[in-house]
Amino acid sequence: MTQHKIIMDRDDIDRTLNRIAHELWERNRGAEQFVFIGIRRRGVTIANRLSKKLKEFEGVSIPVGALDITLYRDDLSEIASQPVLKRTEIPWPLNGKKVYLCDDVLYTGRTVRAALDGIHDLGRPEAIRLIVLIDRGHRELPIQANYVGKHVPTTKQEQIEVMLEEDDGIDQVVLVQGV
Amino acid sequence: MELRQKHLLGIEDLSAGEISLILETAASMKEVSSRDIKKVPTLRGKTVINLFFEPSTRTRTSFEIAGKRLSADVINISSSSSSVVKGETLEDTGKNLQAMNPDLIIIRHPNPGAPHLLARTLEASIINAGDGAHEHPTQALLDAYTMQEKMGQIEGLSVAIIGDITHSRVARSNILLLRKMGATVRVCGPRTMVPLFIEQMGVSYVPDLREAVKDVNVIMMLRIQLERQQQRLFPSIREYARYFGLTRSVLDAARNDVLIMHPGPINRGVEISPDVLDTPSTIILDQVANGVAVRMALMYLLIGR
Repeated sequence: MTQHKIIMDRDDIDRTLNRIAHELWERNRGAEQFVFIGIRRRGVTIANRLSKKLKEFEGVSIPVGALDITLYRDDLSEIASQPVLKRTEIPWPLNGKKVYLCDDVLYTGRTVRAALDGIHDLGRPEAIRLIVLIDRGHRELPIQANYVGKHVPTTKQEQIEVMLEEDDGIDQVVLVQGV
Repeated sequence: MELRQKHLLGIEDLSAGEISLILETAASMKEVSSRDIKKVPTLRGKTVINLFFEPSTRTRTSFEIAGKRLSADVINISSSSSSVVKGETLEDTGKNLQAMNPDLIIIRHPNPGAPHLLARTLEASIINAGDGAHEHPTQALLDAYTMQEKMGQIEGLSVAIIGDITHSRVARSNILLLRKMGATVRVCGPRTMVPLFIEQMGVSYVPDLREAVKDVNVIMMLRIQLERQQQRLFPSIREYARYFGLTRSVLDAARNDVLIMHPGPINRGVEISPDVLDTPSTIILDQVANGVAVRMALMYLLIGR
């Protein structure tokens, strides 16, 4: 039997992203060479929202790029269905930039590893920082996020489903048990 | 949507959904070719063999570059420098290559069905890079990609294919693909080089070149396949060029925004006059550029897992 538990609703998500946006600006005020890169799909949505919030709060325009990590995955032979490749859209050079990499859930760390490889093929940023909405633990690689929306202790049998209005029509984070 | 094929032997085997998936994947692959570092690690450790029994520059180079941009190891074999000249059969050549455990074999062969023979006998995935006058699926896919890129979509387009239809694998694969994707197709050429019951493929035959180019979105010119003609099918090259060559004056009968395509190699002054080749309507080099992206997409979809 599966159980669905809503662990974040619309307001929670909004408040969390506000907090991350403020925190980010506090630590990096005035940083000119500052870009967001979202990991497709929902990472891009999160990056867009953070950029919009910074525009609102601070009047700054931070560009947002989209990265598809499919070509860098290490598990193509292990997953059941082949992922559909989407386009990477990062139309500016990354050399010397401070990259804020965004994703919805941090789990094994393999997605982030693939994203780091992808970014390095596009240039040599001054630094890469990681922003995630949910950290659910169970890392298989030595990777940590710099900004975390919410830590959610999980078992490997559980699933975290992040749904965002732009992609899924609703803003919520659900913990699915007994999958 | 997934590509549920192990091989790409012909457009005949693909559904409209699968064709769309290949074109969509190609659009993402094109971005890789635009980078400073034009390489991704996706096919690391995979071996791709280019097995070409007919001359080729474009297709063989395109497959080689596609494989290398995805980090596969690509080996080229051409018939003149292989054991074929010592009398080895295709099946034996295939089995020997298989013993070295390649993941993908790309084959071009003068005999229709040669890729199908390899697909039946070998473990590796097979891509047909042209088998006699039968099919050339990757050419049709890159043509479709180019049309989609320029016109937005293929459905509803009107395409004229002009030249040696009977002996052209490019024409055959393109007709199959364009019909599946909802375009209308007319063919034009000397009656001796157009199959008798061509209408059964869902296309119309228009004998006059000026009539054929009228109102179409795309004109696709073909090379005369002299190497496949058993007998003389037209009096002279000069006469052919006069009646079926695309010149400025013929273009006057076409739409202003018509696109002109050609699979290459071009015989300048025969099927296309040099002044037409240099107009912006001609997108032959876009076709070549897109060929790499489409072939990368196919390699990813066939052996990327």
